[in-house]
Amino acid sequence: MADLAANAQGGARPFARLTAALSRPTTLAQVLFVLGVAALLVALTLVAQSNLERLSVKSGYGFLWEKAPFELGESLIAYKAGDTYMRAFAVGILNTLKVAALGIILSTALGLVIALGQLSPSSVVARVCRLYIETARNVPLLMQLIFWYAFLTASLPRVKQALSPVEGVYLSNRGLFLPALDFGGAGGQIGLALLAGLVMAVALMVWKLRTQARGNIAWAFWGLLLLPAIATFLLSGATVSLDLPELKGFNFRGGLAVSPEFLALLLGLTFYTAAFNAEVIRGGILGVPKGQTEAATALGLKRGQVMRLVVIPQALRIIIPPISNNFLNLTKESSLAVAIGYPELVRVANVTLAETSQSIECISIIMLVFLTISLSTSLFLNWFNARAALVTR
Amino acid sequence: MTDHSVTLPPGEGRGIKPWIRAQMRSPLGLVLNIAMLALIVTALPPLLDWAVIRATWTGSDMNACPPEGGACWAFIGAKMRLILFGTYPYDEHWRAVIATLIVVALVLASLNPLYWTRRLAMGWVIGLAVYSVLMWGGVFGLRFVDSSAWGGLPLTVILTVFGVFFGALVAVPVALARVSRLPVFRIAAVIYVELIRGVPLISILFMASVAMPLLLPEGFSPSGLVRVIIGIVIFTAAYMAEVLRGGLQAVPKGQHEAASSLGLGYWKTQFKVVLPQAVELVLPAFVSLIIITLKGTSLVVIVAMMDLLGAAKASLADPNWVGFYVEAFAFAGAIYVAMCASISWYGRRVETKLRSTRGNG
Repeated sequence: MADLAANAQGGARPFARLTAALSRPTTLAQVLFVLGVAALLVALTLVAQSNLERLSVKSGYGFLWEKAPFELGESLIAYKAGDTYMRAFAVGILNTLKVAALGIILSTALGLVIALGQLSPSSVVARVCRLYIETARNVPLLMQLIFWYAFLTASLPRVKQALSPVEGVYLSNRGLFLPALDFGGAGGQIGLALLAGLVMAVALMVWKLRTQARGNIAWAFWGLLLLPAIATFLLSGATVSLDLPELKGFNFRGGLAVSPEFLALLLGLTFYTAAFNAEVIRGGILGVPKGQTEAATALGLKRGQVMRLVVIPQALRIIIPPISNNFLNLTKESSLAVAIGYPELVRVANVTLAETSQSIECISIIMLVFLTISLSTSLFLNWFNARAALVTR
Repeated sequence: MTDHSVTLPPGEGRGIKPWIRAQMRSPLGLVLNIAMLALIVTALPPLLDWAVIRATWTGSDMNACPPEGGACWAFIGAKMRLILFGTYPYDEHWRAVIATLIVVALVLASLNPLYWTRRLAMGWVIGLAVYSVLMWGGVFGLRFVDSSAWGGLPLTVILTVFGVFFGALVAVPVALARVSRLPVFRIAAVIYVELIRGVPLISILFMASVAMPLLLPEGFSPSGLVRVIIGIVIFTAAYMAEVLRGGLQAVPKGQHEAASSLGLGYWKTQFKVVLPQAVELVLPAFVSLIIITLKGTSLVVIVAMMDLLGAAKASLADPNWVGFYVEAFAFAGAIYVAMCASISWYGRRVETKLRSTRGNG
């Protein structure tokens, strides 16, 4: 009401309106706050500029188009020393996403096993699972990473005496070597087709869940998932062969090589986050009221059906928000790889920082990338929560 | 919820026999129990053999520990002081012990809202003064120790304590701004909290240790320790503000209205009525934030500081003792587990006590 009155009067006398608004303490405080923040930002910029001039360091993101003089240990896209910093950062982001994706899958699987172990009728298993959770949660992740890295590089046998539990699988202090399928150059296209198939199959499943359509979709699911890849394989006329790692000189050649850095990071993230995921999953299953199970049993549903149709859908509603928070934490914590030398985003930024001295730019790139990941995840979560919220009458 | 007058069904009592009977009723449980026990029985003897029976307990260098032998606890014996105190001067370790104990005692007292009196505030002022004198020295005939030489467990403790303490101080105004009616403060708080929570701690520590000197006038840059603490505070405060906001929103609206009808203004309403209730509500979440901060301090290793983890890592660099990383990390890890477990145990105890004192449990 006061605003309206002030507006009506102020139409004729804008200055009077302004002073009237400013004389209110809450408005004045807000204006002063904005001015203070702006002044602080200007001061920081000026000081930073003079400091950078004094140290004769360049500023701005122009360096991204310059040549990066360093090699990176592993990469999903082609990269060599002499490519641009931009490409090096792309390699880092892809490596972050790669370890995060695998870590999320493995930590969820392990977390599920531990949660079920805690809920199992066996008290011994439940105690062991509890002990695991308490230990894994309370040891800093960084220490776990450094431990795994030391274990993989110092305690495993050398290449000549590599452990080989199965023919074609070798574990040594140079990493893990697995057999790989060789599609003779068409591997990338087949991979993309598989990804497209996965998207379609998931879309089918979502559609089935949303429309509650009856009938078995298992055939359609697997068909959509695999057909594009098979079709691509047949059309490209590629040949498939098994690529086994072989000992040549000082290391294995061929096959799928997993570096000790990547393995240490993946193991650390998986074992650490699994403990948190187990707690979330356990809480979700316990959060479904017992009456639901009893009601479902009373309706004549079998044990498996009770789980699949009644308990899991309701538990998922409880589990998904906190577990996606855990996934986000895992993604952010993959940045600790900088300590063991896996070339993910922070490592690349750190090396670039040492190379160019442009610390503010490099750190801002790290922050920007992680912010994008975090904010898009929380937007997705909000959307999901709005969709999944219980409609109560 | 619990009604103790109900008689327990048969087989649910205590003791070994009812327990065995309960196990027999579930075949799956029995199978899992036997399988797990079998696993433990096969795994435990080699572990005990390594850790105790074949372990070397004394020795002056790595020759005392044969490679095919068990654990080399002699290594911990030789490196204990290094792992616990880092690069703090050897003869002055007693000062770090006393100073750290003072701060730990203050923290334990402060975790319980029933002790929040003026005397505790005085205790903090005096305690921190004594702490600074002991740790830095340079007065009363104590040798001066630069903060860059601080290390090991005292460094981990002080990073955690300062991070949590100042983090909480910063979090209060941010949380109030987050639920404020005034749009500028609300938006500023949202930006701050979401920005910090969206990025990894390590990027903030990099910012604090590498980029902060560039943003401050020449000669005004604080020491490395202070910069890292500022980074941890900025990080912790965002998470605490978010937790505290939950508490503020959970305080019933009637409390605000009652305070206003008593004639209290905004600040008095918040500090005398709303905040005390909100803080009690979020105490459990706060305790887990302390544990997260404690674990987070290990990241200072990456910006070249020697906390407990850094000192454990440094102990491995001695050419006279090569390859005892399992022992070093087991030792340091056990300290971390003990600290985290005791914080959460103490937190639960305070919570129970608070509930019984307030009479709403």
